[in-house]
Amino acid sequence: MKLKSLKLILAAAVLSFSTAPAFSAGSSVPLQDAQVNLDNKLSLARGAKFYANYCMGCHSLKFSRYNRVAADIGLEEEDIKSIIFTRNEDNEINKTGALMENTIPTKDAARWFGTAPPDLSLIARSRGGGDWIYSYMKSFYRDDSRPFGVNNTVFENVGMPHVLLELQGMQELEVHDDGKGHVTKTLKLVEPGKMSVAEYDQVARDLTNFLVYVAEPAQLHRTFYGVLTLLFLFVLFIFSYLLKKEFWKDIH
Amino acid sequence: MADTEVDKKRRRFLIGATSAVGAVGVGAIAIPFIGSLTPSARALAAGAPVEVDISKIEAGALVRVIWRGKPVWVVHRTDEMIEGLPSLNDKLKDPDSAVEAQQPDYAKNESRARQDKYLVMVGICTHLGCSPTYRPEVAPADLGADWKGGFYCPCHGSRFDLAGRVYKGSPAGTNMVVPPYYYKTDSLVLVGEDGGVA
Amino acid sequence: MNGLLNWIDARFPLTDTWNKHIAEYYAPKNFNFFYFFGSLAMLVLVLQIVTGVFLTMHYKPDAAMAFTSVEHIMRDVPGGWFIRYMHSTGASMFFVVIYLHMFRGLIYGSFKGPRELVWLIGMLIYLALMAEAFMGYLLPWGQMSFWGAQVIINLFNTIPFIGDVVSTTIRGDFVISDPTLNRFFAFHVIAVPLILVGLVFVHIVALHAVGSNNPDGVEIKKLKDENGIPLDGIPFHPYYTVKDIVGVVVFLAVFFAIVFFMPEGGGYFLEHANFEPANPLKTPEHIAPVWYFTPFYTVLRAVPDPWYGTLAMFAAIAVLFVLPWIDRNPIKSVRYRNRAHLINLAWFTVTFIVLGILGVLAVTDVYRELGTRGTQIYFLFFAVTYVHSRPQQANYLMWFAILLAPVLLWDFMRLDPSFTDIQRGLFWQMMLIPVAYLATTLLLPHFISATNKEKEVPTRVTG
Repeated sequence: MKLKSLKLILAAAVLSFSTAPAFSAGSSVPLQDAQVNLDNKLSLARGAKFYANYCMGCHSLKFSRYNRVAADIGLEEEDIKSIIFTRNEDNEINKTGALMENTIPTKDAARWFGTAPPDLSLIARSRGGGDWIYSYMKSFYRDDSRPFGVNNTVFENVGMPHVLLELQGMQELEVHDDGKGHVTKTLKLVEPGKMSVAEYDQVARDLTNFLVYVAEPAQLHRTFYGVLTLLFLFVLFIFSYLLKKEFWKDIH
Repeated sequence: MADTEVDKKRRRFLIGATSAVGAVGVGAIAIPFIGSLTPSARALAAGAPVEVDISKIEAGALVRVIWRGKPVWVVHRTDEMIEGLPSLNDKLKDPDSAVEAQQPDYAKNESRARQDKYLVMVGICTHLGCSPTYRPEVAPADLGADWKGGFYCPCHGSRFDLAGRVYKGSPAGTNMVVPPYYYKTDSLVLVGEDGGVA
Repeated sequence: MNGLLNWIDARFPLTDTWNKHIAEYYAPKNFNFFYFFGSLAMLVLVLQIVTGVFLTMHYKPDAAMAFTSVEHIMRDVPGGWFIRYMHSTGASMFFVVIYLHMFRGLIYGSFKGPRELVWLIGMLIYLALMAEAFMGYLLPWGQMSFWGAQVIINLFNTIPFIGDVVSTTIRGDFVISDPTLNRFFAFHVIAVPLILVGLVFVHIVALHAVGSNNPDGVEIKKLKDENGIPLDGIPFHPYYTVKDIVGVVVFLAVFFAIVFFMPEGGGYFLEHANFEPANPLKTPEHIAPVWYFTPFYTVLRAVPDPWYGTLAMFAAIAVLFVLPWIDRNPIKSVRYRNRAHLINLAWFTVTFIVLGILGVLAVTDVYRELGTRGTQIYFLFFAVTYVHSRPQQANYLMWFAILLAPVLLWDFMRLDPSFTDIQRGLFWQMMLIPVAYLATTLLLPHFISATNKEKEVPTRVTG
């Protein structure tokens, strides 16, 4: 026991000694700018729809509720009902106030993909923003050595298939080595999908926008309250400062 | 210390102004804190309106659903049950449903329902919160020959008729509560919402 | 109104207390910027308690529910995100305020007699605050919560012979798990806050018994007028109440700007990895403690042996307790000490900040060597402060040699044949740092007497 925990500390220490500051977890490629814009409600709504169609079967958003998401991104409650497919314990389709869970059996999923598909409610926060998500969705490439035939430059050896393959098409990895140890990796589209590159980028951006919103719904409102608060404190500052000046006239 | 003349008026004004603005700030910041005590989205979701398919309820039968954690009854009343209601008026504390808080306006009628046939009611005794039992039979031995069907509370013996109106002599003071509800379709009742038409 | 007051005063010393501690508490009239942080620390304490109480109403101290309940607060509870961000921002701001408050004591000699107890109680508050923050950080039950606590609790494992028992007892399990979370919750919301509030009360009582220091380090009680009122004193109320209100408003502007515009504090107040639920099977790539612990974390990492590293870390905190007996120079304020003392303080300040920055960075050869050098200076500071206590009599050359010796001794003990060329190069290059430190603080006053000259302390406060 003692040896084991000693090893743990050492492991922790060694880990922090040995890893250089990374671009992002598990990757060594620079991320692309997702240009996240939460004011674009249409993009958020499209993102929600894509998410429901392509992602939600495996990746729940179990901290969010359908009706809150609908209200926040400008959908009617009736609209959001079409994406609810989970049932409650009485086998009724869930109400709009339900959490956005899914029904994937965790253990089976872990067997299918090597690891259970994670809940993505907080992915934008744990990855420090939307750029990682955006880049990830654009970085699948053909790799026949992987179980699903694809790999990802942002997330090496990811267990996930390229779900958006039909939209994006297949990319291939080209590695350029300038002989001085400087390696650049580029991805080239070899089999176009249903969408043009620009259209697919927009899909990736919509999904990113949506996931950034979902990670912290409060961010839609908090800056507004922030401005109000600071304006208020400014007024309070003026009065309290004048008050202080008035009293300190006494002190010489 | 104070060798110059102190402008007392100015001081009083600044103290008042700073305190007033500060008080506004304290009041404003109290709003989210008090707000956090109100039902959360989870509680609201759990208390969301409940749909009841009334077409499957047999005549004379009672169906229980849960709305906001409380039992809500839907009773399919037979014609005899409905016709018997007015005859009880003398024996009841509030036969005309005069106490406003006990039902929405659309249930302030003889049958205490939007449609006479179906009674929708919160199944909690207005005395101390027990859930009364449904006793539709006429003149059972324990409730006496006058009993025309209704609800009997096992806790303290309060009696209600088939519209949830309380009998005189019961410990309960008011009629049982009719929740907001409306007919979504002819066979579907939504408990918990007025449907915009009160 | 007066009747009521008389009624209370006959039963409780309300007016007395008010006068003694507020209306007739005479504080030096020359307080500067650094004197805001005492009252601000009290403000943050109150904010933390109020927001904490409201969070406790929704939080579940259960390993299976803790993470979810925090997200429940962030999304489902009306105003919940605001209260939670106030609490998380408050934790960091507490340390910002406390560090500035301690820095004030350091530069103006507020820890010196007759205020040794004020300093000691303050250090206890600081210790309790670190415990409070550490245990609070486990509660969200994210990856950083889990692994940060894992590393820190395992420090106790390094204690010879009993370490294993100690850390297992702290956890209540062989790994960090539900019992650990549950007991940390109990400590975080009940035990430590009670101790904190009690200590703060005693801190203030002790302060008001001896009176406040000031940037000149002049004892205002020595010169009083015919009514026994210090000539340089002004009543705390109204003068410092109205002044502190201005400080509070400015502080709140900064505080709420963080709460509303950057609640994650760039990943330092709320770490990114902590938005992933705790997973005992997967260590995050980069574990760093929250920023306010990082100076001591760097000290820990600077010593390769785990047990000695732990000792060094605790020593770095413990040595602050005895500061009043290390610095025996009768002059309190840096304003009237010799130039070498100012240089010494500047080195210490920069070192503390550098150690803090290194603590959040992943260790490279450069950073490891820099961390070691910073640790050396951190401890040397106290020895040099001791020497500067009697600047006229000090044998600076002798002390230069005496203090350089342990540095060299440690260095040659750790100079290992397994060092790479780069590491060896850094080792020699950075040896300049402690040498430069000792030269500027000990050789400088020896050779240039202007840097060893102390100024006369005025009898009255200035400015």
